[in-house]
Amino acid sequence: MNTPEPFAGEVSHSPVRHHILSVLVENKSGVLARIAGMFARRGFNIYSLAVAPAESHARFSRVTIVVDAESAPLEQIVGQLDKLVNVVAITDIAPREAVERELLLATIKTDVGNRTPLLDTLGSAGAAIVDVDPGAVTVMLAGTPAACDALERDLEAFAEVELHRTGRVALPRLGRATPADEQQKD
Amino acid sequence: MQLTGAQALIKSLEQQGVDAIFGLPGGAILPVYDPLIDSSIRHILVRHEQGAGHMAEGYAMATGRAGVAMVTSGPGATNIVTPITNAHMDSTPLVVITGQVATSSIGLDAFQECDITGITMGITKHNFLVQSAHELPRAVAAAFHLATTGRPGPVLIDVPKDVAQSTMEWWYPASVDDLDLPGYHPTVALDEAAVARCVALIAQSERPVLYVGGGALKSRASAELLAFAERTRIPVVTTLMARGVFPDSHDQHLGMPGMHGVYAAVTAIQRSDLLIVLGARFDDRVTGKIATFAPGAKVIHVDIDRAEFGKIRRPDVALQTDVATALRAFDAAGAAPRRLDDWWREIRQWQSQYPLVYDEPEANGPLRPQHVIESIARSTPAGTIVASGVGQHQMWTAQHWRFDEPNSWINSGGAGTMGFGVPAAIGAKVGRPDRTVWCIDGDGCFQMTAQELVTARAEGIPIKVAILNNAYLGMVRQWQEMFYDERYSEVYLSADLPDYVKWAEAMGCVGLRATNVKEMNDVIDEAHSINDVPVVIDFRTDSTEKVFPMVPAGASNDDIMVHPSQRGAR
Repeated sequence: MNTPEPFAGEVSHSPVRHHILSVLVENKSGVLARIAGMFARRGFNIYSLAVAPAESHARFSRVTIVVDAESAPLEQIVGQLDKLVNVVAITDIAPREAVERELLLATIKTDVGNRTPLLDTLGSAGAAIVDVDPGAVTVMLAGTPAACDALERDLEAFAEVELHRTGRVALPRLGRATPADEQQKD
Repeated sequence: MQLTGAQALIKSLEQQGVDAIFGLPGGAILPVYDPLIDSSIRHILVRHEQGAGHMAEGYAMATGRAGVAMVTSGPGATNIVTPITNAHMDSTPLVVITGQVATSSIGLDAFQECDITGITMGITKHNFLVQSAHELPRAVAAAFHLATTGRPGPVLIDVPKDVAQSTMEWWYPASVDDLDLPGYHPTVALDEAAVARCVALIAQSERPVLYVGGGALKSRASAELLAFAERTRIPVVTTLMARGVFPDSHDQHLGMPGMHGVYAAVTAIQRSDLLIVLGARFDDRVTGKIATFAPGAKVIHVDIDRAEFGKIRRPDVALQTDVATALRAFDAAGAAPRRLDDWWREIRQWQSQYPLVYDEPEANGPLRPQHVIESIARSTPAGTIVASGVGQHQMWTAQHWRFDEPNSWINSGGAGTMGFGVPAAIGAKVGRPDRTVWCIDGDGCFQMTAQELVTARAEGIPIKVAILNNAYLGMVRQWQEMFYDERYSEVYLSADLPDYVKWAEAMGCVGLRATNVKEMNDVIDEAHSINDVPVVIDFRTDSTEKVFPMVPAGASNDDIMVHPSQRGAR
């Protein structure tokens, strides 16, 4: 799939290159393979992908795909995606019109007695500690991709054991912007 | 009514009006072959599963209905992957049923297991792995709906053995609403604003061309195309996939565009100021170097598949609908260009200067393949269907046969599948038994699928096969002669090995041979007098004959190479 490594170096969530497709699909086996296969076959790039059952019933799933719109014109990607029989609806959300969130989990090595710098970093990022043992903590941030980028950079100062990000989910922005999302505007 | 899954599958095919299945049984599909004995559906037992697939394609292309093939799991299924690819590239409606190992064995590398739904994901319009006998009727009804609506294509149904053996209470989907296809919407409302923009572009055009592709055949738009073309006087070109949708005998028809297109057709596109693209997809074999393709033309692109818009060439107006609907809308709006007299004067000059030509055969020399094709075409009854393999003989047939009605030309366009011709011709004859069916084949292609003539003889399917035997993989030989300094690498086949006449006879067919013009005329007459068994004719043709005109791969259409006898005149 030629997926760029999202955690290497200076990762940019540049709104120029990336576009968010919120795709409602039938919750049937093989659907993700159909989507992934189509992207690979056509040479379209996926930047990130998040999948979960949609709403309460199990008939549909919501796939949030961040696509590299430079690998192909967006209408080509949408047109080919729409031809997949299991794809029910595609909402194309321009980054500026999206409310985007992503989850970051990281395990950091740290002594019980020397956690103040880490706590400061977490505090300023709005991240929380979700698991603790004497030699390490696991922290969590649910935030904008930019906030996750920033925390990821800040955590480089600590002894990081493992860091996972989910890839983003998104919904169209409502009529007015909420203050929490202001930082995403450029 | 309690039925087994196998019975339900056959009954579902009957519900769909299927009259013929091309197939070959094996372990996993065995249960389905039992109720077939009691069915009204004709089964044609092929000798190789690839034959079943191409026969189903030939059937579909000749009738406009979905072709049906049925094979077993594992190698049976993989042997039909090539026809599925072919149907996918040419948007041919196909329903392929494969046996699968029992659901409890899937994923365990069981005997003759293979992940055929995984393999065919990218080469089918859709596929199903059926999980219960109850689901079979819906899968069959959905497969036919998907295969034949919107942009047609192949659909595969994988049926595990235990699903075929278990029982279900018979039911059948009453309507499309019962098919559980919430994401499939093959038709969209006509965009009237886009129609208006098309009409405006047509009104401004002075050098328009109707660039007509296979989508026009799929939407059965022949009558609409003829009416629109005659009312507007716009010149028509028909791609390889569209041959027959507009009569070759019509004086507005410039012929086929592309790599081996007619000079006037290629050049009219290049000089056009408006391409009206009807169910065509700017294939590289038509456009040549895309950067220099029709550089001064605005583009109206009509297609049922919106993913074709802007895939290769950005349209000025995209109209997502089928070709017939678009042409009716254009007519209703009175779309018409200005006077085209100057345009036609220019085109007529290209036509008279660079017609399709070939060297006359010498009395005792080898046959000219084009002359053989024209001689067969002249002598066949009206409505004859012609199939071909892939290569020089295919291009010569597309150029020199006279196509006058839709669905009379059966060939492999997008995939370029050698060996397509013989089985496709058999399938066409099954679908249209009232028609004479010829296969114009090459010696290389014939050797790939000839065994299906055993099927044809055994099943009473009397097709006629003309092998243009030039002893070479001719198209590759042509490229090596022209672009590889005559360094011939692995293209020689021999005219005498195999002995095609004996081979034909061994397969229960009549085998004939012609080495000169007199023999050619005699054997064509003889072939037309035989209507109970297949006939195979070994026509010995000139090995050095090449297909012209030719636009070299990757070159601009402006650099079209005409026949050697026409060079120097430009």
